[in-house]
This record gives sequence, C-alpha cells and structure tokens, in this order.
Amino acid sequence: MKGWMGKIKALALLSSLALFLSGCGKDNLTALVPKGYGSEVSFNLIILTTVVMTFVFLAVIITYVIVLLRFRKKKGQEDFIPKQVEGNQTLETIWTVIPIILVIIMAVPTVIHSFTLSDTSEADEHINIDVTGNQYWWHFDYKDEGFQTSQDLYIPQGERVYLNMIASDVTHSFWVPSISGKMDVNVDNENTMYIEAYEEGVYWGKCAELCGPSHSLMDFKVIVVSPEEYDQWIADMKDVDPEAEPESAVAQEGKELFEENNCMGCHAIGSSPAQVGPNLTNFGDRTKFAGFLDPTKENLVDWIMDPESIKPGNKMTGNYPDLSEDEADKIAEYLMQLQPSEVTPDSAGGLK
Amino acid sequence: MSVTATQKRSVGAVLWDYLTTIDHKKIAHLYLIGGGFFFILGGLEAVIIRIQLIKPENDFISAGFYNEMITMHGTTMIFLAAMPILLGLMNAIMPLQIGARDVSFPFLNSLGFWLFMFGGLLLNCSWFLGGAPDAGWTSYASLAIDSPGHGVDFYVAGLQIAGAGTLMGGINFLATIVNMRAPGMTYMRMPLFAWATFITSVLILFAFPALTVNLFLLMFDRMFGSAFFDVALGGNTIIWQHLFWIFGHPEVYILILPLFGLFSDVFSTFSKKRLFGYTAMVFATMLIAFLGFMVWAHHMFTVGLGPVANSIFAIATMAIAVPTGIKIFNWLATMWGGSITINSAMLWALGFIPSFTIGGMTGVMLGSAVADYQYHDTYFVIAHFHYVIVGGTVFGIFCGLHYWWPVMFGRILHEGMGKLTFWTFFIGFHMTFFIQHFLGLMGMPRRYWVFLEDQGLDLGNLISTIGAFFMSFAVIVFIINIFYTAAKGERPSPDPYDGRTLEWATASSPPPHYNFAQLPLTRGLDPLWIEKMEGNGKMTPAEPLGDIHMPNGSILPFLMSLGFFIAGFGFIYQVDHSAWYLALYGGMAFALGCMVVRSFKDDHGHHIPKEELEREAD
Repeated sequence: MKGWMGKIKALALLSSLALFLSGCGKDNLTALVPKGYGSEVSFNLIILTTVVMTFVFLAVIITYVIVLLRFRKKKGQEDFIPKQVEGNQTLETIWTVIPIILVIIMAVPTVIHSFTLSDTSEADEHINIDVTGNQYWWHFDYKDEGFQTSQDLYIPQGERVYLNMIASDVTHSFWVPSISGKMDVNVDNENTMYIEAYEEGVYWGKCAELCGPSHSLMDFKVIVVSPEEYDQWIADMKDVDPEAEPESAVAQEGKELFEENNCMGCHAIGSSPAQVGPNLTNFGDRTKFAGFLDPTKENLVDWIMDPESIKPGNKMTGNYPDLSEDEADKIAEYLMQLQPSEVTPDSAGGLK
Repeated sequence: MSVTATQKRSVGAVLWDYLTTIDHKKIAHLYLIGGGFFFILGGLEAVIIRIQLIKPENDFISAGFYNEMITMHGTTMIFLAAMPILLGLMNAIMPLQIGARDVSFPFLNSLGFWLFMFGGLLLNCSWFLGGAPDAGWTSYASLAIDSPGHGVDFYVAGLQIAGAGTLMGGINFLATIVNMRAPGMTYMRMPLFAWATFITSVLILFAFPALTVNLFLLMFDRMFGSAFFDVALGGNTIIWQHLFWIFGHPEVYILILPLFGLFSDVFSTFSKKRLFGYTAMVFATMLIAFLGFMVWAHHMFTVGLGPVANSIFAIATMAIAVPTGIKIFNWLATMWGGSITINSAMLWALGFIPSFTIGGMTGVMLGSAVADYQYHDTYFVIAHFHYVIVGGTVFGIFCGLHYWWPVMFGRILHEGMGKLTFWTFFIGFHMTFFIQHFLGLMGMPRRYWVFLEDQGLDLGNLISTIGAFFMSFAVIVFIINIFYTAAKGERPSPDPYDGRTLEWATASSPPPHYNFAQLPLTRGLDPLWIEKMEGNGKMTPAEPLGDIHMPNGSILPFLMSLGFFIAGFGFIYQVDHSAWYLALYGGMAFALGCMVVRSFKDDHGHHIPKEELEREAD
C-alpha cells in the first residue's frame, strides 16, 4: 500500500511539474497572460478571488487534516463514546461572519468593474466595427470606413474599439482570451463590447457558444497594429479595385473561374454589404484558411474541392458546381494573390 | 421467511411484482436499477468524449456525432442518472427515517418511476432513429430550432415525460414528510437526510414547472409551427435561456442538497457524535435552497443583460458561499472530538470535503461576473461543475449506496472492493478535472469537438483522458462488487454501523414491507441513539400491535406511462406524416383510459392481520 501511494505521489508531482513547464498556455491565446484592458480587469479579479478562496480552502484542509490525525478511533478505546456536542454559538458565528466579509471583499470590485466594462457611453468617439457571427465564420464591417472583411479583425494598438455584435443564424460568442473576456453574439439583439489591446501582435479568437458541428473550427484572429499602420491598412482597404486584373495568367484564369462558378453569389471581393459568405478582399493575407487551416495552396484547394469533409455543416458545401482539381488550383492562385495592403498579420508580428 | 419466499419465486413472478409494486423500497430498487443503467450509459458517452479529446485534431468520432455525445452525456447524467438515483435513495430511506410505513401516495410513487423510465427510454431511442439531440444539454433555442432531424424532438418529448415523473416524486415526498412522521418525530428531530429530502422536494416543486413550460414552447415551435423562439417572427431566444436556468440552477441544488443531508448523517454516525449545529444546518439548507432561485442569471453573465443585472446576480451567487461554508465547518466540527471509523462509506464522505470545497471555491470565483467573462463556456466551467456534481453528487451517491446497502438489499458491500473503488475513482476524478481549470483559462472553450495542434492544450487533455480511464475502472470494480455481494455478501444485522436514526431500527435487514410492526416513538434527535444510550437498545413502540393497512399493487402506472411513451412518438413524427396522429391520440387515450379505471375502481388496499405480525416477530 505504501509503495503504491508513493507512486501516486510521484505521478502527481510529475504532472504538476509538467504543468509548470508548459506555463500559462500559448502566448496570445491564454487568458493567463493578459494583453488587453478587458482581460487585465478579469485577470485581476481571477487573482483576487483565487487568493481569497485559497485562504478558505487552507482553513478547511488544515482543520480536516487535524481531525483525521487526532480523532480516528483508537485501539483499545472501541467503546469510547465522545461527548455529544450540540453546537457552539461563538464558533458558528465566526464561520458565518468571516465568509460574509470575504464575500464583500470580492463583491465590491466585481460590481465596480461590471459597470466599467459595460460602459458604452463614449462609443461615438471611438472606432466602431459591426461584427456578425455566422455558422462558422466572422464578418467584420468597418461601417465608418465603408468596407468589410472577414475572419481577421484589424484594430489599432492602445485604442478602444467598440464592437457591435449580432448573429445571423444561431447564438455565437466572441472571445479573444488574451485581449478581453467574451460576450455572446445573440440573434435577438445587438450587443456592444469594447476591446483595447496593449501590444501589437496576432491574437487567437474563439467562438465560445455551441453553434453546430463545426463550432470548434470557428476560429478568428485579432490583428493588433500600430495606429499608423492601422490608418495605412484602412486606406489600402478602401483603395481596393475589385476589378483589377491579377498579374499572372493562372490567377487571371482563376478570376474567370471564380466569376463563372457562382462564387460571387456569396463572396464579395471589395466593399459589399452582402455577407452570405466571408468577404475575400484581403484573402491572401489571411492568417488561416477556413478559420483554422494553415494558409497553403494545398489546403485551399482541398477546401474548395470538398469543404464538408473539412468543416462539417458549413454553408458553402453544394452551393457551387463541382470543380476539377485544376480549376480549384487556379481559383486558389487567384485568391491567394488578393493582398491589397502592406499591413499584414506578418507585419504585426505573425501568428504565434 | 421473506428470503426463502424470494428464492422460490419464478423470474416471471418477480418481474410482475416489480412492474406492479407500490412499495417504496421496491420502487427505490427500480430507481437504482434504472438510474444505474443510465449512469453507465452516460459514463460510456463521457469516455467516448475523452477519447476524442485525447490528442489534438483527433478524428475518433465525427463533429455531428460528438455534439450528440456531449448533449446526451449531460442530459443523461443529470435527468436520467443522478436525479433518479437520488430519488431512489430518498424513496428507500426517507420513509424509514421518519418512521413511516410508506409514502403518502404509493400509486403516484410508482407512476413517477415509470414516467421517468419511459421518458428516458424515449430519449435514448433517438440513437437508433436518425440521431440523438445535438444542441447541448442546455438546448439553447436558436441552435435547437436550427437543429435538423428529430434529435431535439426526442429531447423535448423524453424530458417532458421524465420531468412529470420527477415532479410527482417531489410532491409525494412533501406530502409524506408533512403527514406521515411517526409519533414524536417533530420537524426539528428529523435526520438531515429527511430534511434535505423535504427541501429538495420544494425545489423540485417550484423549479420543474419552468422546465415544463420551456419544453412546451420548444415543442410548439418545432412540431406545431409557433414562433416563440423565432426572431424573424418576433420571437426571442433569450427567453429560453432564462426559463432554462430558472429551472436549471435550482436543479443543481436538487442534485446536491440530498447528499448534504446524507453526509450529515454519515459524519455523525461514523464519528459517534451528534451533528454539530443541527439547527444551523437545517436553516443553512433552507437558505441555500432559497438563494438557489435567485441566481439563475449567473449562467448568463455574457448574454449582455447589463451591469445592474450582472451585479445583483453576482452578489447573490457569492452569498451562497456563506451557508455552504457553515455546512462544511459544521461537518468538520461534527468530526472534531469524535471517534472516527473509516470504512468505504465514510471514505466517500471524507473524499467529498476537499473535492466539494474546490468546487465551491470555483463557484464563488465564477460568481464574480467580471472574471466570468473569461471562465464562461470554457473548460474552467466544465471543471467547476464536475467538481460539484461528481465531487458532491456522485461521491454522495456512492457514499449512500455503501452506507445504506444493508437497509436496501440486506447485504453489506465488500469492503476491500469498496475501498479500491473509492481510491481509483478519487484519483481519476482529480486527474480528469483539476487540470481542466487551466485548460479553460488557457483558451479551450467547452463543447469543442477538436482542439487545434500547438495550442498548449495537448498535455492537459491527455492527463484528463487518462483520469477518465481510472474512473471507468472504479465503476467496473463497483459493478463487480454488486454482483459479488449479491452472491456471497455478508448478511448484516439491522444495525451494522451503530446507527443513530430510525432506518437502523427495523426488525430485519432489509426491513419488512410494512417497515415497522409498531410505529416507533421518537424522543429526540437521533432517536435510536437516545434509546441505546439509555440502555433500551431498541425503540419504544408508540402504538399497540394491531392490523396494518397497506395499499395494493397495480399495473396501471406502468400502463399509463406506456401510453405517454407511445404518444411521445406520435408527437415527434406527426410532423412527417399525419398517420402518426394515430399514435399520438391512441397513446393519450390509453393513458387517459388507465386514469379513468384508476378513478372509478375502488381499491381499499389490504390489511396485514395482527396474528401474522406476531408470527413474524418470533
């Protein structure tokens, strides 16, 4: 029995060591290394409540251990009848009042920050972006600038950005753990939240409300760039000429195939209010294809050929004629050269 | 005498006995068998989920099937495993603890069980009929309306039928405790488990109607073309969330309060001490139940209800920590100064304290709305509620089964296997769920079919899956223990643990079907203990020996439930073809017919003559 327990202890020690080595998770994904206002406020409360609760846990565990060490039935005293204590008013008052005080300590900052985080009174003075959650992709409408994009949300570092969010089909939830806590994206009403990122970089975003089979593949990214680069990016995006002919001949063929095969029925290139499918204006700069595939041509061809096997339940499947691999390859060539701006995820530090 | 009779009876006779029984102890057996079956089913679903998540981007099962798994795991464990097993324990023990011969409405008791069983079977039929529900156990309206096929329809019909059964159970227990306490058994002398049953029943009474209404709304939307949740037609999906959690949060307390009661009894018995702060424990339970109705929106902090609502619900949520803390410290104080025996039943109770305390801690942390913006819908929440529901409810169920097995089945579970079950389950449980707190904070949302490669989540998920295998092993050992005990188990005396309460004061183990030949006279808290301390050794009868009036068994509850089961299929499939209205109306008419028979056929029960009681006593 002893050796067995020893092995368990060793295992526990090993796993906690492994946990320590893996640290607090992946940079720019984990909520444990906050890099934005919302995540910092939440993190502070996570720490505060953890500390208070650890104190309570220790109080319980120390008493528990003492009880188990001191009050086990002893050999030779099998017939011992302990004193039948009814209670103790002083003790019971102590373990009622102390928790009340601890609750107050945690409740006050919770209430204060509930208000600060949901304060949208200054939204008009800041950047506003309309966000639409769809099965299984994200649409971002820079309505003040008059253009749209999808999947990669560009924001300037150090500035508050207000997101006005609604879902087109079922409820989703917008979560960029390193920058901010999440907010649901409802079908009923527009929810507004603001985010503010402290550092430039590419941040992982996740859908956090079950929305169908490909819920776990509904990733997006937030690209935080310097305010100057942001202005540059805005200008580049507004300047896009959707009719521009691609340079290479293959891409030109791809453009024709794109037009012939009904792709444009759902996917806009250039500004368009339509949002049946993701806007592809800067598709060549995407951090990932289809939300989670590495941005290689092979992946894109696979995706165009058979989206259902890659992202079950997506709305693209079956809405366009069957394509040969050669055709898909040309379309991919066309899409991957849609790079209207010098400001890209790579220039922001790249996806870690 | 009863034992030899059992051995001689044919399988058919036993089956008929159980189909028609209205004896609370046999209904308890049925609940334990039914709930145990679904617990194993839900456990298998859990293992499949964990295998899928053993490594990144795994393709063990498909995305759609995975969503069916998580939905059915949650729904099965809560509605078809945990609650029925608890109803089974309450049925087996509560009437004994208050010195009653049965519950107030034995017929209703049987009907409640069969409704649960048929509801659960209906829900699980979906596996074979085109796919199980896949919108999560919470079945949020926008996704539930969007879900193709009949899966969600099975969810609606199955839970509606099973829920009606639970509601009947709750009402029945309330009536029983109000009316059928033995002479001298005042409210403030009831064991904590009886108190917890009472308060849990109040929760069931007030919480389940919210679920019933919600399920009806969803049923009308999916099957009869209404638009309660269709935004395009002026509906609102947030209503579903509110109604679901107005039911759903009290449901959490329905799952844990009975075990709080049980643990109070167990700590007291195995420490040989009176429960510390009895009055405070009773009122803390009531306060938890009351506050349990005031906190539902903490499941909705990220919905966008605004800072006022979030603040109010955050404070109310944290406030629940106070009465819960009182209970934990009172349990510790009960053991303090005692003479503690550690056997397999007590091990589960001792394992509960640190496990549940962690679950309670993370509960308070989740209650802080601002921090919850990070925790919400991640593996942190998964970890939290498994610490509460497994560390509290499942530990409690195992504790209750080991503790009361002699009362329920007349045998003692094998101690060595009991301890092996505990240790493997305890280790596996912490391995599976502790690491999930960190997975959540490291960016893993819940209900993810796959997690991507290179996100720092691989090791945590692997450890978690290994833990799940430990728990599976523990459950297998427990099942072996049950069969071993049934075949070779030790036959205990009616009071093997030096008990304090009336379930240990019966004439035999298991008790005769009328429980007490003469109702016992209760002279204070822990009535049996009082008599032992005063040297009497057994309860003083409160009445002279006389004929006992007992109700007759009936097949009608089974038939009524069968009618609703058939009607359930009718409701689900009438959308496809109007011929299914035949099943709908046929099933309903059959159930109604049974009710008419029940109403107009006089059944005065039977009497057990005094002479027979005297014979058995000898």
